[in-house]
Amino acid sequence: MKNQLLAALVLCVGPTLVAAEDVAPGDVAFSDGAVLASLTGAVGDAVAGRAAFINRKQGNCLACHANAEIPEQSFHGEVGPPLDFVAERWTAEELRGIVSNAKMMFPDTIMPAFYNGLEPNRSLKKFAGKTVLSAQQVEDIVAYLQTLSE
Amino acid sequence: MKLQNAIAAAAILSFAGTMSFAQDDNELSVDGQLISTEADAPAHMENVGTVYSGWRFRSEDTQAMQMDDFDNSGFVFVDDGLSLMASVDGSEGKSCASCHENVEDFAGLKAKLPRVNDSGELETMEELVNTCRTERMGAEPWKYSGSQMTAVTAVIGLQSRGMPIDVAIDGPAASFWERGQELYYARVGQLDLSCANCHEDNYGTMIRADHLSQGQINGFPTYRLKNAKLNGVHNRFSGCMKNVRAEPYADGSDEFKALELYLASRGTGLSVETPSVRN
Repeated sequence: MKNQLLAALVLCVGPTLVAAEDVAPGDVAFSDGAVLASLTGAVGDAVAGRAAFINRKQGNCLACHANAEIPEQSFHGEVGPPLDFVAERWTAEELRGIVSNAKMMFPDTIMPAFYNGLEPNRSLKKFAGKTVLSAQQVEDIVAYLQTLSE
Repeated sequence: MKLQNAIAAAAILSFAGTMSFAQDDNELSVDGQLISTEADAPAHMENVGTVYSGWRFRSEDTQAMQMDDFDNSGFVFVDDGLSLMASVDGSEGKSCASCHENVEDFAGLKAKLPRVNDSGELETMEELVNTCRTERMGAEPWKYSGSQMTAVTAVIGLQSRGMPIDVAIDGPAASFWERGQELYYARVGQLDLSCANCHEDNYGTMIRADHLSQGQINGFPTYRLKNAKLNGVHNRFSGCMKNVRAEPYADGSDEFKALELYLASRGTGLSVETPSVRN
């Protein structure tokens, strides 16, 4: 099973095209770990966000987080906190910051940054200079997470 | 997209059935020989109190395969290794067996490797095998993690099965060990993860369908259900690095040798399990 999961992680070549109106990965402005402005200038699509949340080649969020709103997927991870009712705990701006680069809020977190401009050490060549998610996918996932409320 | 609370509660309860809390309490015995799968962590491990073999994190079905050598598919390759060791190869007309008459004489070697040799170099079992091939047999070296190498290193490792891992980390080994420790804690790859992020901070939890272990290396070469063959330890490191989207070091590189020494030291007191069975 490990291999299926890890293969999924490995195979995820994230979308890397930066649309002209998007905030560039290196220009994302954090404020106490939150990102106040939409990375695309628009509100994301929660339905597309749910798909990106599940997709092992995109967010792959279930690798680490359980989410009761997605019961049709088996084997939810336990590494991070469950995301049930996450919108009750964090604002859209905070969720955008955490998804973009959680280390801005939690410096020692294991959680990867999904949209930042820092070049990691020894990135596999096919991922070099690329973000895990596109600005649009971050906004879509933030929109989806906002639906997880009471 | 909001859920009814009742449905959410039911879903949460269903997850409880799959929640895992660290390693299990099963005992590993092979043909009546009890093999220790836990030990007090060595003093240098500041964040871990007890070390556990990866066997303790696997399903009971996978565990069972390692409890009987007839069910352990790694032994298919052990047989290949024994044949290879009896085969003459190279310009000197020798086989391994020409010098190493009794394979049992390798008992204890695996538990001490990698080690620093008289020239001050850190050496691994793979390098010892290839040195014999090139210098004594006049044969071509084998690929570091290739099938011949994993087969023969499995035979040699098996002779130490049940013996506690006990690598030297002081004296001339200290600088290699420190380099290995540095690599263990270095975050790498697009996902920016270190070995420690998963295998020290989060062992025992599920990452999707996989149960994270401590990443112990006492069972290598390991038979993996994933690819139905023996897997060398450097090849496994390489796989982990690709999983975090990092460019791996080469098999046999100074970095992987140093990491191997450091990881072996983190398993001090665990038994050699070669050839172990994992998923």
